[in-house]
Amino acid sequence: MSVRTAELLMALAMLLASIGLMADVYFGDLVVGWVPGRGPGSGMWPFWLSLGMALASVWTLWRWYTGVTPESRNNNPYIDPETVFMVGVTVAALFFLLLLSNYIGLYFSMILFLLFYVKGIGRHGWGVTIGVTLGVPIGIYLLFEAALNKYLPRGLPFFENIILYIDDFRYSIMY
Amino acid sequence: MDTILSLLGAGLLQAFEPLNFAMIFLGCLAGLFIGAMPGLGSVNGVAILLPVTFLVPPTAAIIFLAALYYGAMYGGAVSSITLGIPGSSTAVATVFDGRPMAQSGRADQALMAAAIASFIGGTISVILFTGFAPPLAAFALKFGPQEEFALMLVAFATFIGLGGDDIPKTIFSILIGLVLAAVGFDIISGNPRLIFFDMVEFQRGIEFLVLAIGIYGIGEMIWTLEHTKGAVQMHKVQITLKRVWDNFKQIKEYLPTTAMGSVVGFFVGTLPAAGATPASLMSYGLAKSFSKDGDSFGKGNVAGVAAPEAGNNAASTGSMLPMLTLGIPGSPTTAILLGGMIIWGLRPGPLLFSESPDFVWGLIGSMYVANFVTVALNIALIPVFIRVLAMPFTILAPIIFVLCVVGVFATTDRMFDTWLMLLLGCMGYLMRKLNYPVAPAVLAIVLGPLTERSLRQSLISSQGDPMTFIERPISLVCILIAVALVSYPFVQKMIRKRKEPAEAAE
Repeated sequence: MSVRTAELLMALAMLLASIGLMADVYFGDLVVGWVPGRGPGSGMWPFWLSLGMALASVWTLWRWYTGVTPESRNNNPYIDPETVFMVGVTVAALFFLLLLSNYIGLYFSMILFLLFYVKGIGRHGWGVTIGVTLGVPIGIYLLFEAALNKYLPRGLPFFENIILYIDDFRYSIMY
Repeated sequence: MDTILSLLGAGLLQAFEPLNFAMIFLGCLAGLFIGAMPGLGSVNGVAILLPVTFLVPPTAAIIFLAALYYGAMYGGAVSSITLGIPGSSTAVATVFDGRPMAQSGRADQALMAAAIASFIGGTISVILFTGFAPPLAAFALKFGPQEEFALMLVAFATFIGLGGDDIPKTIFSILIGLVLAAVGFDIISGNPRLIFFDMVEFQRGIEFLVLAIGIYGIGEMIWTLEHTKGAVQMHKVQITLKRVWDNFKQIKEYLPTTAMGSVVGFFVGTLPAAGATPASLMSYGLAKSFSKDGDSFGKGNVAGVAAPEAGNNAASTGSMLPMLTLGIPGSPTTAILLGGMIIWGLRPGPLLFSESPDFVWGLIGSMYVANFVTVALNIALIPVFIRVLAMPFTILAPIIFVLCVVGVFATTDRMFDTWLMLLLGCMGYLMRKLNYPVAPAVLAIVLGPLTERSLRQSLISSQGDPMTFIERPISLVCILIAVALVSYPFVQKMIRKRKEPAEAAE
């Protein structure tokens, strides 16, 4: 897909999204106009903003049609195949980082993510890999949980229990 | 004046007492690191450490928390510049130019500018605070919702008129940011709005940090990945004393911007419910407006780092003014400080200056000292911060990704927001590739709730009459500035078009 096509599709998608928002507000329970004795309805602000978004998208489409924007004259690929692969791998890794957090907890999930990225993609030595994959979660645990009492997701009971053992160990040292 | 100076002298002596000075040092250091950590800002730091302060006398306690507040303002810039992730909302504007500077190997220059500008902002604001506290508090109270709305229009108009980006795309970016800020329960009627796909998670709204970290953390890293193919080190910077001195000498380049940002920041900070985030964004906008080199903003202009940093530090002092003189907090952090003062048995308000002068002047004295301590700590730690940038991309990138996830979760306590961050980050990347500017969207989501509230309050108080915005002088001036800013690119284009045929004829 060329940059030119991408700009057209993006502007069309944004126009449709804006119209969808307007319809959602207008046909929903929200009042767009003035409510006697209470002032502007709660739908006023999002409705007019969405209308503005739609008009801005139409303006972009017009500029695309008349070839004013540099993107509308650019026939190079929007994303080259190499970038698609690299960005795709990164986004997929992030997707699994978040997905696995629900099951094995954020700490174990981030260990797997860092291991994949540092060893799998970066091809660093085992010393660096272990240092980063263990150092980062330990640092985050000490700062967020030990110092600031901000608890991160711990996953299913089995994985939660492992972190609880670590908590007990920490308490036995601290108190 | 003599009375003020003698009270200030006594306050400074109090700040140098061993316990108070230790509190200043600890507060600045803790604030620096808390501010630098994505997802944690001065609000979190002050809230979490408030109970700790019950161990010390009230004056030492507020000195510690105020120093922490200061330190966090400085610290927010560190992650904005080195990692491209705003450590807190107050440092969002610092990313706009701080990040490009770091990417071009000028991270030390950006960090130095941030530290010095913060110092100047803090110092100017403390001087203004000392000399003009009562009249400024009274002037700030003249700012009703009409003036607040008009001020917000100026902030948005700056991006349209002087952003140098595609105008319809900039407008779209502002509007989508405002729409995202409107998601969740309506602030006035309480009705749920824009609950996409009927997902209950949207009822709580979208935190601006989700968008900011998504765009500047995830989106930025994907952008860098595309351009470097992940094969290079991020940036190499050699720190030498000569380089530090050269960076220091650059101060004259951004001194006027810094001074302007300080005054603007201080005043915006004094407005109830405004705080340091709008202050830093407005300082940035004004710096860009008045710069002869406005086009270079967003691409690594040192004044683009100095202005918001001066603005947010000045605002942090400014927001203490209505808290101490009127008992009205100017920011979320000062709201917590206010709570602390009540717990300590103090009564913030007009009588505080006469009833507890030791407390008030001890705090003001400590602000001067905290400024010196924080700038010294900041400059001393620049080599440590810079080392982060020397890491290979394949180590730094996953650490940044993890910090983004942890930062968002720590802010909202919801995994849903981390998914939203990923989605918005990817969307931001795709739109940025098509020249949609992302900074206005971040500005809009931050200022959105304040803008909508002030607009609706104005319309309610005027029974729906829009003339209310031009009948009030301050509001009228702001609206005229906004109109001039929006018209500027069109006028410029017309002038250029008229010149072209004339030049061709010659």
